[in-house]
Amino acid sequence: MKRIISILMENEAGALSRVVGLFSQRSYNIESLTVAPTDDKTLSRLTLTTIGDDKVLEQITKQLNKLIEVIKLTDLTDGTHVERELMLAKIRATGTGRDEVKRIAEIFRGQIVDVTQDLFVVQLAGASHKLDAFLEAVGKAATLEVVRSGVTGIARGERMLSI
Amino acid sequence: MEELSGAEMLIRSLRDEGVEFVFGYPGGAILHIYDALHRQDDVKHILVRHEQAAAHAADGFARVSGKPGVVFATSGPGATNTITGIATAYMDSVPMVVVTGQVPSHLIGEDAFQETDMIGVSRPIVKHSFLVRDPRDIPEIIKKALYIATSGRPGPVVVDIPKDMTNPVEKFPYHKPGQVKMRSYNPVVKGHVGQIKKALQFLVQAKKPIIYAGGGVVQGNAAKELRALALALKVPVTNTLMGLGSFPGDHEQFVGMLGMHGTYEANMAMHHADCIIAVGARFDDRVTNSVERFCPQATIIHIDVDPASISKTVRAHIPIVGRAAWVLREMFKLYDAGADRLNEEVINKWWSQINGWRARNCLSYEQGDNSPILPQHAIKTLYEVTHGEAIITSDVGQHQMFAALYYKYKHTRQWINSGGLGTMGFGLPAAMGALYAGTNRDVACVTGEGSIQMNIQELSTCTQYKLPVKIINLNNEYLGMVKQWQDMNYGGRYASSSYQESLPDFVKLAEAYGHVGMCITELRDLKPAMEECFKLKDRLVFMDIKVDKSQHVYPMHIPQGAMRDMWLTKTERS
Repeated sequence: MKRIISILMENEAGALSRVVGLFSQRSYNIESLTVAPTDDKTLSRLTLTTIGDDKVLEQITKQLNKLIEVIKLTDLTDGTHVERELMLAKIRATGTGRDEVKRIAEIFRGQIVDVTQDLFVVQLAGASHKLDAFLEAVGKAATLEVVRSGVTGIARGERMLSI
Repeated sequence: MEELSGAEMLIRSLRDEGVEFVFGYPGGAILHIYDALHRQDDVKHILVRHEQAAAHAADGFARVSGKPGVVFATSGPGATNTITGIATAYMDSVPMVVVTGQVPSHLIGEDAFQETDMIGVSRPIVKHSFLVRDPRDIPEIIKKALYIATSGRPGPVVVDIPKDMTNPVEKFPYHKPGQVKMRSYNPVVKGHVGQIKKALQFLVQAKKPIIYAGGGVVQGNAAKELRALALALKVPVTNTLMGLGSFPGDHEQFVGMLGMHGTYEANMAMHHADCIIAVGARFDDRVTNSVERFCPQATIIHIDVDPASISKTVRAHIPIVGRAAWVLREMFKLYDAGADRLNEEVINKWWSQINGWRARNCLSYEQGDNSPILPQHAIKTLYEVTHGEAIITSDVGQHQMFAALYYKYKHTRQWINSGGLGTMGFGLPAAMGALYAGTNRDVACVTGEGSIQMNIQELSTCTQYKLPVKIINLNNEYLGMVKQWQDMNYGGRYASSSYQESLPDFVKLAEAYGHVGMCITELRDLKPAMEECFKLKDRLVFMDIKVDKSQHVYPMHIPQGAMRDMWLTKTERS
């Protein structure tokens, strides 16, 4: 089952490598990972998605907590949450295809952020499955390049990850 | 305010934190530090002959004394040579701080001479690591490093110091740091009292309870508390390889070591138990055999300071996160104050079942007067000659298992071996470190002709510092445990497990280093020679004991089986 783990950690050199190293060392899987400093510059917020059963997840959580630089973490998928992923996709758009791509982008509430004679760059934010659905709608043939940020997320309501 | 260089601050910080001994080896990137070390007398340095041995010696010191071991090594090969020693300490949760020199900051990343990314290389085998970026941070980093190494579940910490951070010309005001506070690191001490009560409720209703105690009882200084609780409950106690000595080996409630080479009674009792109290143990694969078949009837109470050890391989029904000493003390207090008692009649019935298993006498052997010395008998003789009071360090292999099974450890921190990583070459340097722990006990290193050659250069260190290690070399001219597996699983094809013609004359070798060498081939000479060996209080004695080459270690778990599935001899199964 896919899980989204959100980690609050010290914004220090080497901290990220410990998290990533832990996953490869213990042969846990990372689907995506995104990290940046928070409003407090001494802290980083790292969000990663992983796949595993409850037993594996329990170990991942415990092992992450053992890392000295990790302050707190939570499994966002344990409760209601908002998750977003940003995608930039370079799509071939020529002739009648131009309107079609534009229409699909609008349906998915994407924005065209770069235009050339033959290409659009479409920016799209949303849950990962929405991004997948967009790519499916556009089709493989027209899709030239895809960049995705990985999932980031936040719990709904009062639940929060802070020190 | 006193002004000190980075190097001087390092040495001062170690002194201020109570570090008395450092095991190490100098080299270019750490020379400023060695110079600062040379200009004071409080912190003493022991020069080894290989950095791996420095780490093992610091490890042995830490395991016997309970204080953190400290290692110095230079950058590049010096640092990488410590890796096996760091991994050994990591697997067995030994508190250690390894200070490595690094190339100057401006050269990092340029593939400079003797440059290795030590922080990167050591990352999976350390509890934490620090790269010094400002000399002014050194006192606080050292304090934090020692705090992290010794608190919670102990472990090794690396401090990598670029050479420019220790420049003798640049001086800074030295402040002794106050209390360490880290918002991201707060190890637990106390256990959850509700969980402890719940555990006791289960326990008093148990018909077949057993305590399974591991290295956490040793490292967590909980032997006294374990004993008090076990004696009050009158339940059987088994130890893991790492836990030996945490409960007296000669006590009637002790059923021996458990696991792959555990005693018949310990493994049978575990398998049939309905309540297992695991303390500071981690259900290692060398204990459980097949996890699916592990102790099918047992309710498992698991006490550990590291939450990640709980339910990692075997699910705990009642997890208790906390320091072993604290939790056991609390458990004892609650039991003592409460009215509920284990049903004596029921427990006596359990004991009679256990005594039935004991009667099988699984460790018996027949030492014929004119036959080759059996390794089991050599260890038994060692036990008798030292009255069970020596500190025994061990290498890895058959001799390690014989030393675990045939020497009864009465005291915690008396048995020192590499249980988790299984590092050959650990025994001799660990014995050196043990001698610095200030116990006044004899220190014997039980080894084999394979393991001893993995750090034999340390015989020279022992000469320099007059370290009277007693080396008990069980020489069967084979990598014995490898040979045992080849006998059992590979049709007796001894692929690269012998070197008979090329073994050195260990007596001459010991003498070449200025030590005493003895070669024992006859049974009648064994005991008198060993007595002589331990009478030579101030000398290192290398006892090369030629032992029977055909011996296997038994009992031995049958792979993929349950705890109760064992070979008891070459032909007899449980």
